[in-house]
Amino acid sequence: MSDLIEVRNLGKTYRKATGLFKHKEIRALQGVSFTLQAGETLAVVGETGSGKSTLAKLLVGIEQPDQGEILYAGNQINCSEYRKTNQFIRYIFQDAARSLNPNQKIAEILHAVLRYSTVLSAEQREQKISQTLRLLGLLNEHANYYPHMFSGGQLQRVALARALILDPKVLILDEALTALDPSLRAQIVNLLLDLQQKTGIAYLLITNQLRLVRHFADQTMVLHQGEVLEYGPTAQVFQQPKHDFSRKLIGSAQY
Amino acid sequence: MKKLRLFYEEYNKRPYQLLWRHFITQHFALFGLVILSVLLLLAVFSPFISPHDPYLQNSEVLLLSPSWQGNGLVAYPFGTDDLGRDLMSRLMLGSSYSFGLAILAVSGAMLIGLVLGILAGMTRGVQSSIFNHLLDLALTIPSLLLAIVIVAVLGPGLMNTIWAILLASLPQFIHGVGNAIQQQLKQDYVVAYRLDGANNWQILWSVVLPNLWEPLSLLFTMALSTAILDIAALGFLGLGAQAPTPEWGSMVADALDYIYLAPWTVALPGLLIFITVLSVNLVGDGLRNAMKKRREN
Ligand SMILES: Nc1ncnc2c1ncn2[C@@H]1O[C@H](COP(=O)(O)OP(=O)(O)OP(=O)(O)O)[C@@H](O)[C@H]1O
Ligand SMILES: [Mg+2]
Repeated sequence: MSDLIEVRNLGKTYRKATGLFKHKEIRALQGVSFTLQAGETLAVVGETGSGKSTLAKLLVGIEQPDQGEILYAGNQINCSEYRKTNQFIRYIFQDAARSLNPNQKIAEILHAVLRYSTVLSAEQREQKISQTLRLLGLLNEHANYYPHMFSGGQLQRVALARALILDPKVLILDEALTALDPSLRAQIVNLLLDLQQKTGIAYLLITNQLRLVRHFADQTMVLHQGEVLEYGPTAQVFQQPKHDFSRKLIGSAQY
Repeated sequence: MKKLRLFYEEYNKRPYQLLWRHFITQHFALFGLVILSVLLLLAVFSPFISPHDPYLQNSEVLLLSPSWQGNGLVAYPFGTDDLGRDLMSRLMLGSSYSFGLAILAVSGAMLIGLVLGILAGMTRGVQSSIFNHLLDLALTIPSLLLAIVIVAVLGPGLMNTIWAILLASLPQFIHGVGNAIQQQLKQDYVVAYRLDGANNWQILWSVVLPNLWEPLSLLFTMALSTAILDIAALGFLGLGAQAPTPEWGSMVADALDYIYLAPWTVALPGLLIFITVLSVNLVGDGLRNAMKKRREN
């Protein structure tokens, strides 16, 4: 199988102005390399501030890397042209409620996505929307709802619908499942796994819940202060962690 | 149980309906809205419904007291002024000057402020920063003072008052709209729209502008209450509406000589100014509360 995403030696440094002429450099990410294949899930774990969200933002193009390169299915695309890349890679925000405009109906939001990024006609869009809603266990009537009418779990599904409606090859979930209660999380995880079986979509799962990682991920990467400590098959990382830090992290999750 | 919430009445409303629901639970705000509607109707239709000609001087009924006092006449419910003009007709017509023109001036300021505010809000960098600091400077000057300065330059008169008030309330609209837009652009959902493939114009048009109504309506009520007061104040000072025009502020000033003889000629226009400003503020407050309640839900 070919690599959907190949990341080579990726680095990102934030510059924060601390005075008029001085600035502080924050190395958010350094020398990160990995590959992601179709139908595979890569989990990224690490303490807060270890650069997980930064990695997601670089991959999806919200931020530009300073170093290294990202290859999408073997080509280098300019990621800031979202119209071209969002059919390939999609990003789900941590807080679903805040990523939806409170004054727009779900249908309007989904129509807008298709209008901006595809050439489908109005009817085709309509069809695609109802198909996607059904896929995520939502009803057709939900299209006419405003975000405040949904419960938290349903909002997460709406956010998923918005991401998946473009049939991406890669989906980035930045702590998107953390806020859900356990039963709902299980529901959505099962839904995602189902989808992976059917369509071969690849996930990049950013989370702090190691139990979920064990259940879900094929590969695991441990980040610590912007550097990769561990990267390999999940079982291997969990059984034989190489570094002290990751041993502690994994040890803490046993309970 | 999660599902149940979906079909619960309260949640099944569109955002603006929800806002309205929260608004009408506040009785004072609703009261203010009713008064404002009546005033608006008066401002538009007063020439057709006023019982007498507001400019007609009748030397037989000089300084007639209101009809509820001993020697008043039913034909002149609020009495007459020193030239024998019917006070009720004058007050009714005055609503279109003191209230109607304030609405026009503030609407004009809102439109211009919206355009400039969008430009200020969508741009970043040195230009926008200089612009914002100049605006901050303009905002520190009280609007009445600004209006007086502008009238002093343009010359007194009702039309110039309108221009002065429009210009004086412009900075707060530009500033408010610019801030509201910057606030919006920081939201996660704007980034989400960018990821969906929207360009700047599409984001402005379909996300930022529709969400701008709420801050804009608050700004409008705030500017309106200052505009009403400013028009009245300029009229009182003799810088605004001139002699025969029944503008409330100038009516108070004209009648001030007769305050002991005919206190109602001063009290009634003053009371109307007070009620109007109070209602505008009540509505503004009610709107703000309703928005807060809706956000908390
Ligand atoms: N826009 C930014 N400007 C400056 N510094 C930033 C910015 N975004 C992130 N950082 C810094 O980069 C580092 C990594 O941040 P990042 O958000 O990637 O962490 P994270 O692993 O996602 O943490 P968490 O688990 O809390 O979400 C942090 O030290 C953070 O302060
Ligand atoms: Mg993060």
